[in-house]
Amino acid sequence: MRKKNLVIGISVVAPSIIAIAIFVYGFITWTLRVSFSNWNSFSALLKGEYKFVGLRNYIRLFQDTRFQTDLWNTLFFTLFFLFGTIALGIVMAILVDKGLKGSRLFQNLFLFPMAISFVVTGTVWSWIFAPGNLPNNPQGLNLLFQKLGLDNLMWGWYTSTDSLGHFNLALIPVIIAAVWQLSGYTMAMYLAGLRGIPNDIIEAAKVDGASEWKIFWRVKMPLLTPITLSALIILGHISLKIFDLVFAMTGSGPNFVTDVPAIYMFELTFRSNRYAMGSAIAIIMLLFVAIVIVPYLFSSMRGEKR
Amino acid sequence: MKKIFTYFFLVLISLYILVPLYVLLATTFKPLQEIGISDMWKLPKDWSLSGFIKAFQKLGPNLKNSFYLTIPATIISAFIGSINGYVFSKVKFKYANLIFAIILFGMFIPYQSILFPLIRFLQSIKLYGTISGLILVHVVYGIPITTLIFRNYYSEVPNELVEASYMDGAGFFKTYTKVLFPISIPAFVVVIIWQFTNIWNEFLFAVTVTSSPDKQPVTVALVNLAGSQVVEWNVQMAGALLTALPTLVVYVLLGKYFIRGLLAGSVKG
Repeated sequence: MRKKNLVIGISVVAPSIIAIAIFVYGFITWTLRVSFSNWNSFSALLKGEYKFVGLRNYIRLFQDTRFQTDLWNTLFFTLFFLFGTIALGIVMAILVDKGLKGSRLFQNLFLFPMAISFVVTGTVWSWIFAPGNLPNNPQGLNLLFQKLGLDNLMWGWYTSTDSLGHFNLALIPVIIAAVWQLSGYTMAMYLAGLRGIPNDIIEAAKVDGASEWKIFWRVKMPLLTPITLSALIILGHISLKIFDLVFAMTGSGPNFVTDVPAIYMFELTFRSNRYAMGSAIAIIMLLFVAIVIVPYLFSSMRGEKR
Repeated sequence: MKKIFTYFFLVLISLYILVPLYVLLATTFKPLQEIGISDMWKLPKDWSLSGFIKAFQKLGPNLKNSFYLTIPATIISAFIGSINGYVFSKVKFKYANLIFAIILFGMFIPYQSILFPLIRFLQSIKLYGTISGLILVHVVYGIPITTLIFRNYYSEVPNELVEASYMDGAGFFKTYTKVLFPISIPAFVVVIIWQFTNIWNEFLFAVTVTSSPDKQPVTVALVNLAGSQVVEWNVQMAGALLTALPTLVVYVLLGKYFIRGLLAGSVKG
């Protein structure tokens, strides 16, 4: 009986395992192979002759100023996005967790952006930050600042080519939109954590005369470390892959100020038929994500066994 | 005093969250003559449905595509997830955990890394550019998350329950239909909401797997609408609202389950 169920069970999951083996691991191998090839035009693809060129596409990429900009943009976008989302998520969770009248309403409000497509978010925020420097172009915040007499705050927003070192300031509006979308999610993670802390620990700290502030930083936060780690990894990998939001909101921008690897990959592969170069970017993105995700997956699988 | 501070910050954050919603709604319901550059932050003087109607005419077919895509893909992947979850939680076989981790990795990969082969593959089986092709894609790449949610859910079900059913002579499938499936409704709700929202909102596959405008899901059509140099901002915002509406309705009605799906997505159930 047991043996029979084992056989049936394995044959039930086999199609899924095979599908993942092909669609994930097989296709990744295929992409890797393309990234080492000379398939940088439609005719090369049609001929189908595979010519191995080693790391040539990767070397070209790292020498490419646009790709260098993309890497800097990813770095700064990720840093500020992670900081903003986690900080705001914690603040939201603390405020909502106080359980005042109406907390539930605020909690639902903070989380609703998660139900919306990045594409919608991008469309609406691109309008809010629209600088109005083109004819017939809308103006968002600039118009508001002008009316309030704050003319010196008017700015090119996501069309600005200002930068601080390698940080393109045009990324700021995109970061604000991304934080808008994902801080509620972070709040939900922290709320789940806060509600899991046994009450007697908090009570004990109170008896010892600890202030609310101290209880939060010395008692609750250390217990929430695993949540912060999960949040960093989940949000971090989203940030490394970010595509839809940027695509819908700003595109690559003047001088690629808001360009990211995913957009460059998309344009190389689907607009200029440079499949090998596009595949090289895809593999680099995969490596970044794997560095973040693989240790996380293994540690959470191991944690389960306990 | 402390309470006032709390409310102050709650309201402050709410403003940030509400600004896009305000812009979206205020612009959607403005008539054409009120969408001049200088009116952006004002409420409509004459509330009008003209933008909404025009957006619906433009995006209607794409909304239909999105439903044709999302509903079957969601249902199929929920069932696959359920049966997989049963096996991974109740049938102990060698390397089950390792295989499961290898499957799970599939939900984190940047889909760019499989995109070119995927499209070549879809072209070769003549599903490129079709809704069926997109359904296949979402079902396959939905396997990790749906399996995860059901596996975590069934892990909470005592093994004795399943064992007892086997003792009674029920086989593998009968145990599933008689013991596990009837108590699976909450997990199905979570998975269905999760998949519905994700597939509806998805953009990368939608824009690369479909090519002709009459086959495109609504997210792609919205980006094309916004990218066109039309100055009818009310139509664009109405389009954004239309795109967001189905998942928003789901969120308002079933928010509790939506949050469970979200938290399951961070691996630890």
